[in-house]
Amino acid sequence: MIEMQNVKKSFGNNEVLRGVSAVFESGKCNLIIGKSGSGKTVTLKCLVGLFEPDEGSIFYHKRDITKMEFDEKKKIRQEFGMLFQGTALFDSLSVESNIRFPLDMFTDMSDSEKADRVNFCLKRVNMTDTNKKFPGELSGGMKKRVGIARAIVNNPKYLFCDEPNSGLDPKTSLVIDQLIQEITAEYNMTTVINTHDMNSVMGIGDKVIFLHEGLKYWEGTNKDILQITEGELFDFIFASDFLKDLRRRATY
Amino acid sequence: MIKIFQSLGEYLLLMRATVSRPEKARMYWIEAMRQCYSIGVGSLPIIAIISLFMGAVTAVQFSYQLRGIGLVPMWWMGSIVRKSMILELAPTLSALLLAGKVGSNIASELGTMRISEQIDAYEIMGVNTRSYLIGPKIIASLLMFPMLVVLSVFLGISGGWLAGILGNFYSTSEYVRGLQDAMKSYDIFIMFIKSVLFAFTISSISCFKGYTVEGGAIEIGMASTQAVVQSSVIVIIVNFLVAFLML
Repeated sequence: MIEMQNVKKSFGNNEVLRGVSAVFESGKCNLIIGKSGSGKTVTLKCLVGLFEPDEGSIFYHKRDITKMEFDEKKKIRQEFGMLFQGTALFDSLSVESNIRFPLDMFTDMSDSEKADRVNFCLKRVNMTDTNKKFPGELSGGMKKRVGIARAIVNNPKYLFCDEPNSGLDPKTSLVIDQLIQEITAEYNMTTVINTHDMNSVMGIGDKVIFLHEGLKYWEGTNKDILQITEGELFDFIFASDFLKDLRRRATY
Repeated sequence: MIKIFQSLGEYLLLMRATVSRPEKARMYWIEAMRQCYSIGVGSLPIIAIISLFMGAVTAVQFSYQLRGIGLVPMWWMGSIVRKSMILELAPTLSALLLAGKVGSNIASELGTMRISEQIDAYEIMGVNTRSYLIGPKIIASLLMFPMLVVLSVFLGISGGWLAGILGNFYSTSEYVRGLQDAMKSYDIFIMFIKSVLFAFTISSISCFKGYTVEGGAIEIGMASTQAVVQSSVIVIIVNFLVAFLML
C-alpha cells in the first residue's frame, strides 16, 4: 500500500500539486486520470522520488520516502518497477541486456539463473525470441512489453506506469492493460497507472483517482465513474459532444 | 555573473556526487571498459592522422625558417619537433580535438538519455546515475587521454622525420641526433600533467552539460556545443597556467 498525505509541489510560481492525499492499494490497479497539466506525471514522479514534494508525506508500508536519505531511497527503489511513457529502454543494450540489467546490478544470481529469469519475464509478456534484438528494431507495443518485462524482473512490490497506452492502437492498448492487470494480481503488487485512456479506466480501473488543477477531485472505481452526470469529471470522460450526446441518450 | 557561479556550484556538487561507493564494482568496471574503448579506440584514427601531419608541418615550417637563417645546424630539427610535440602540440591539440569528438559525444549521449527518461529509469532501479554514468566516463578519459597523447607524440615525431626526408631537409641520422639531444624527463612529466588535466576538464564539463539538459533536441544540440566550446576554452586556460607555473 502507498499513502500520499497532503502532497504539494510547485515549480517556481506554478503550483502543480496543491495538497493531494490518496491511498493506492496492494493487488489493485490504481489509476490516476486527469487532463494534461492536471499534475498526474508530477504525482507519479513524487511517488517514485524523482521529485521531492515541497510539503506532505508519501508512505510505502509506513516508510516515508520524503524523509529518506539518498542511500535509503536507492534501497527502497529496488522494490520499484516502472514502465515509462516512452519506455526508456537503454538504446545501446539488447532486449536481453535491458531486462537483465537490474539483476546484474543488484543480485548475486549466476549467469544461468539470470538467463532463466530473463526468459521467464520475456515469456510472460509474450516476447520470446527477441532476446538479441535492440530497442530500435521493435514496434511501440513490443517496446512496452519489454518495458514491462524489465519492470517486473526484480519482483517489485510496486509497479508504476506512466501512460502505458500512449502511441498504441486500441487493440494493443488492451493487450498491455490486460498484461498489467494480470501481473498486478499475480504478484500482489501495488500498481499505480497514469492514463488518459478511458478504455483503460473501464477495463482495469480497480481504483480511479481524478486529478483536477492539482487537487484530487474524485475517487472511486470504474463502475462508479459511469454514474457521473456533470462537472469536470463528466467533461473529461465524455470529452466530445458526440460522446456527451450518447451518454444522455443512454440515460434517458 | 550570478548564473556563472550558480553553474559552477552545480558542477562542483555533481562532481562530488560522482564519488560514491558503487552498487556493484563489476558493473562499473564493465562500463569503464566500454567507455575506454569508445573514447580511446574510437579516437585513434583521427588522433593518428592529425598527429602525423602536425609533426610533418612543424618540421617543414621550422626547416624553412632555419634554412633561411643558415647559422643553425639542421640536426636541431629533431629536438625542435620532439619538444614541440611533447610540450605543446600533442597534449593541447589532441585535447582540442578530443573536446570536439569525445566532449560532444558524451554531452549528446547523456543529454539524449536524460530527455528519453533513460536516466530516470536507472534512478528508479536504484542506480546512482551520477556515479554510474559519469564516473566511468571520467575515469576512462583519465586513462585514455595520456595514452592518446603518447601515441600522438610518437606519430608527430614520425611525421617530422618523414617530412624532413621527403623534403630533403635533413638525414635520418641528423634527425635522430636531434631527438636524443638534451632530452628532459621533466618535459614528459609536464605532458602527462597536461593530458590528465585536459582529460578531466573535457570529460567533466561534457558530463555536466549532458546530464543537466532540460528540454528536447534543440537543447541537446546546445548542450553539446556548449560542452565543446567551454571545455576548449578551459583547456587553453589550463594550458597557459601549467606552462606559466611549471615551466
